[in-house]
Amino acid sequence: MRYMLMINNDESALAAMPIEKTQQMSAAYSAYTEALKKSGAWLAGERLRPTQATTSVRIADGKTNVIDGPYADTKEQLAGFYMIEAADIDTAIEWAARCPAASTGTVELRPIWEMVDYLPKT
Amino acid sequence: MDSRPEIARAAAEAAARQSYGKLVAWLAAHARDVAAAEDALADAFAAALERWPKSGVPEKPEAWLLAVARRRRVDAVRRRLTREAARDHLQLIAEEMEARMTDEELPDERLRLMFACAHPAIEPGVRAPLILQTVLGFDAATIASAFLVSPATMGQRLVRAKARIRETGIPFRVPERAELGERLDAVLEAIYAAFAEGWSDPAGTETRRRNLATEGIWLGRLVATLMPQEPEALGLLALMLFAEARRTARRSAEGDFVPLAEQDCDLWDRTLIDEAEALLSHAAANGVVGRYQLEAAVQSAHAARRLTGRTDWPAIRALYDALFSIVGSPVVAINRAVALAETEGAMAGLAALYVLGDDKRLDEYQPYWAARAGLLAKLGQVPQASEAYDRAIGLERDPAVRRFLQGKRAALRN
Repeated sequence: MRYMLMINNDESALAAMPIEKTQQMSAAYSAYTEALKKSGAWLAGERLRPTQATTSVRIADGKTNVIDGPYADTKEQLAGFYMIEAADIDTAIEWAARCPAASTGTVELRPIWEMVDYLPKT
Repeated sequence: MDSRPEIARAAAEAAARQSYGKLVAWLAAHARDVAAAEDALADAFAAALERWPKSGVPEKPEAWLLAVARRRRVDAVRRRLTREAARDHLQLIAEEMEARMTDEELPDERLRLMFACAHPAIEPGVRAPLILQTVLGFDAATIASAFLVSPATMGQRLVRAKARIRETGIPFRVPERAELGERLDAVLEAIYAAFAEGWSDPAGTETRRRNLATEGIWLGRLVATLMPQEPEALGLLALMLFAEARRTARRSAEGDFVPLAEQDCDLWDRTLIDEAEALLSHAAANGVVGRYQLEAAVQSAHAARRLTGRTDWPAIRALYDALFSIVGSPVVAINRAVALAETEGAMAGLAALYVLGDDKRLDEYQPYWAARAGLLAKLGQVPQASEAYDRAIGLERDPAVRRFLQGKRAALRN
């Protein structure tokens, strides 16, 4: 199964971190990504720029509204993601727990809704 | 007159009773889909009721049902494949075709099914109901009445949980030793919850509840048989058997509540007690003490009254001390306070209870108020005892226990 790991962190806390800590964290993410790739579980993964660089778009009454900032104002913000291949939720949970973000924020796991699973059954 | 339809129906019912959980477990574990397994099996039972009266009951009804159910599953998958080719599904078909069930014994996958139902990714409140439905085939209405929710609500929760097993990718496997701890706890907790629901109807007037206690023990036996090296699995079974052994003694002939201390030991079921004792000592031999073993040991200490004529309260208190250090729940603390009152006097017990008074959850917990009332009564503090009995009476749902508490309260006046 494919799972998306969504990394949610308090970005203001991250921004306030001293430089050595930031470097340590980057190294931890590199090692984690490397481990995912070596095991064959890695499908994709990126870090996102903070919400100050976020733009939200919505069309209402035919008018395009462009909003400066994220869609939802939350205590923790989406900071990046991984897409992995895992046999089941237990394996996915193991990977999520190894992700450095699991100790600093929250890693949300969502299975990919594969197209074969939502085609109507007849 | 031909009685074949009746024979066929009886055979189908017998197969349903004996094999339902095994068949669902096998189908679900192989397709990783509980709802689909139940649907396929329901179709197979319907087919049996239609065909067996005409063609006779097959030699191996279980294998027959499984073959039909599997064919339904494969058909369903094939219909979807015409729309989208999928590697996983082709593999599934290959697996289903490979498995030759007719000449082999059906492998028992019920433990794997239970671990899927009690997975940490499933909402805790629905784990026990889910196990009861999938492994024992209880319908939503029966489970709902036992767990005091509406059938519609229970039905919805069960449907959602089954969808979650499929969509989230919850595995059907017995966890590795290292991760077993928490997961086995969830399975044991679910079994104990089922048993406790049944146990709360000691008169056995509600058939549905009484069945729950019996089924809880049955599941406990299953886990203990399949995991004989797990001391807590044995401990839980022992605990349930000790409690079950006292069922008859819990009510007088008139249907009145009889507290443990006043029960007639001759009414206790010795066979069950002996079995529980054997399980407990077997568990203790494995060296790791846990919650259920300690609770069973408390029961064993109470059961010893049948031999010694007295209750060893210091031992019970020591067991509750140990239990409190593991579980630390207010419920255990109340029992510990009662044991303390027996060993060091009502004042000491009451002091221990008052310490707990800050816990808001206890405001609505009957045993807390009943224990408090009993100790206050012993100390002759009539108005306070009377007030505490009122709280306990107002919180009790069993009429026999309510009558008992009302009697205690009335006796205060004299």
